[in-house]
Amino acid sequence: MTQHIEIHHVTRIEGHGSIVLDMDEGAVKKIAWQVPEAPRFFEAMVLGKSWKDMQTIVSRICGICSISHSLACVKGVEAALGLEVTKQTSRLRRLAHYSELMQSHVLHVGYLVAPDLLGQPSVVPLTKTHPELVGLVVGLHKLANRWSDLITGRTTHPITLQPGRMTHLPTAGDLVQLQHDLQASREGVWRLVDAVGGLLDRLPDFERETEYVALVDGFDYALYDGEVGSSDAPKALPVARFEEVCNEYVAKDSTAKWTRWHRDAYAVGARARYNLSGMRLSPLGRKVADAAGLEAHKHNPYYNTVAQLAEIGHLLDETQVLIDKILAAGLKPERGEPQPHAGEGVGSVEAPRGILFHRYAFDAKGRCEAANLVIPTNQNHGNLQRDMEALVPTIMDRPESEIALLLEMLVRSYDPCVSCSTHFLDVRFVGRGAGHGEGA
Amino acid sequence: MMKPRVAIFDFAGCEGCQLQIVNLEDELLSLLDVVDVVEWREGISEKSPEFDIALVEGAITRPQDVRRLEQIRARAKVLVALGACASHGGVNKLRQRLDLAAAKRIVYGDAASEPFLRSGPVQAIDEVVSVDVRIEGCPIDRQEFKNIMRTLVLGGEPHLPNFPVCVECKRAGNVCRYERGEICLGPVTRGGCGARCPSFGMWCFGCRGSVDEPNIHAARAVMERYGRTVQELEERLALFGSR
Repeated sequence: MTQHIEIHHVTRIEGHGSIVLDMDEGAVKKIAWQVPEAPRFFEAMVLGKSWKDMQTIVSRICGICSISHSLACVKGVEAALGLEVTKQTSRLRRLAHYSELMQSHVLHVGYLVAPDLLGQPSVVPLTKTHPELVGLVVGLHKLANRWSDLITGRTTHPITLQPGRMTHLPTAGDLVQLQHDLQASREGVWRLVDAVGGLLDRLPDFERETEYVALVDGFDYALYDGEVGSSDAPKALPVARFEEVCNEYVAKDSTAKWTRWHRDAYAVGARARYNLSGMRLSPLGRKVADAAGLEAHKHNPYYNTVAQLAEIGHLLDETQVLIDKILAAGLKPERGEPQPHAGEGVGSVEAPRGILFHRYAFDAKGRCEAANLVIPTNQNHGNLQRDMEALVPTIMDRPESEIALLLEMLVRSYDPCVSCSTHFLDVRFVGRGAGHGEGA
Repeated sequence: MMKPRVAIFDFAGCEGCQLQIVNLEDELLSLLDVVDVVEWREGISEKSPEFDIALVEGAITRPQDVRRLEQIRARAKVLVALGACASHGGVNKLRQRLDLAAAKRIVYGDAASEPFLRSGPVQAIDEVVSVDVRIEGCPIDRQEFKNIMRTLVLGGEPHLPNFPVCVECKRAGNVCRYERGEICLGPVTRGGCGARCPSFGMWCFGCRGSVDEPNIHAARAVMERYGRTVQELEERLALFGSR
């Protein structure tokens, strides 16, 4: 029996993605997660351009992770050109990095996932039904945006994050004010945890253990620096060997490249970070994780959102310590512009959605000869596909609308990011047997 | 009075301009009081046959995108190019320097010939359809977006600032980037950004495109005075697709 059913859902993911589900007489024949985003060829765009222009170009890969892309870039350029940066530069970069993790996590938890938990199609109706929750989310998101503005000159596409130095410094007064604002936001974070935590029983009960990959450093909950750790490998790899981790391949029907390491797929992102470094969360991060029962559900992909919540708590603690260190050392003018020479290097950070790798090679004039950029969402595609294959047989007797919702929520839990904001996900049921839901 | 119907679409880009709309936060909620958002990235669907204002982000890179943009144009009373990619092609235009087949091989290797990677020349949206309003910048400035939307909702005609970034940069009291031995696009780039990049320690990248009839002679004089070549300036101009 051949049936073509198309179901359009306005959903909230960041980028273009489609799910095609092909069922025949009650059996899953094919389920495919496809990424039809227009290809942009960044690795070709940067060729021949100066090392000075790298950050400006690659920041534009993604409007929502532009700080992470900028940081991976400048670290890669510095590794290639043999540049060292001061402690002050590293600390200010971490501060910028944390602001983006905060922006992005609040956006995902508050604007994109909360409507699912409250059975609403978007955040807009929540302004009427749950004004307190929306107020909290808006307040935290604004704070995180102001924080990025302060350190990087702009909320999106940072200006100050350049190789070798920060091009502009905040004042001590600005940092003290930020510290104060963050302190004042702790109670709000806790109320957000309370509000979301009370809805977690609405997350599907679905566990699938997989390989988790994230930066690790043996001391801290690694976000800005470290080596590449895996739950399947006893020893971490230096980031310069990231190609051995990713093993990129082009999947059918997808303009994004997919990756695999020890298994046929691995997961990156907040849940992967938690699985590898969860014992190193700060006190507030740990408190949030415990209150939400994260440890018991760390193999449930839907709990990635909860891991993000725990990281919000962690970031609040860590930022206070970081600003204390910057203020104690005193802000000093950054040194002048570095000089180029030939070389090759890798930079890596944990973007909000997972580990991010940039490799660059430059000629003697500092012109880019080659680049390889591996983004977190691409590293999650394979794992998302495997999750869908495991999930669908357990829910296929449910109405189509419910299957579609659970699949969409699964996609959203990965917080896929080719960009940002409200998006449209096209779930197509192809050739499904009769007698299910609205399929006709 | 019926609220103007607004639809938002995106093509090849980072979606950072749409994020600036989200980043209006509570101001966005006020905006929603005076407009009806009838489509926000639902793609082309039958849901809203037409709208008063279409906001289009991103550059055009594929044959199917050309068709989709033409359909949007046909349904929109006012078509707004949102940001540098839509207005000028943005960083996407950098690909144009290279042969497309070579670009595909560099990024996708042996899989470069897969049909889903079909891609055409990079075009700003006004290279495909007529555009009524441009909102400049990479990304757009939230306040400027709000002001232009307000003007459109009131039935007015928004106009872009037509002075170079240097004007705002001088007012901000910044030391000229040329004095530091850098190539800066301030002399030819459309102001309105408050000279944000020079104020945060960088040169102007030209993301807002050129002023109308830029003073080429003055720019050339600046280049000569600081011993830089027009070629260096042009190379910088290429970064955001300025024509």
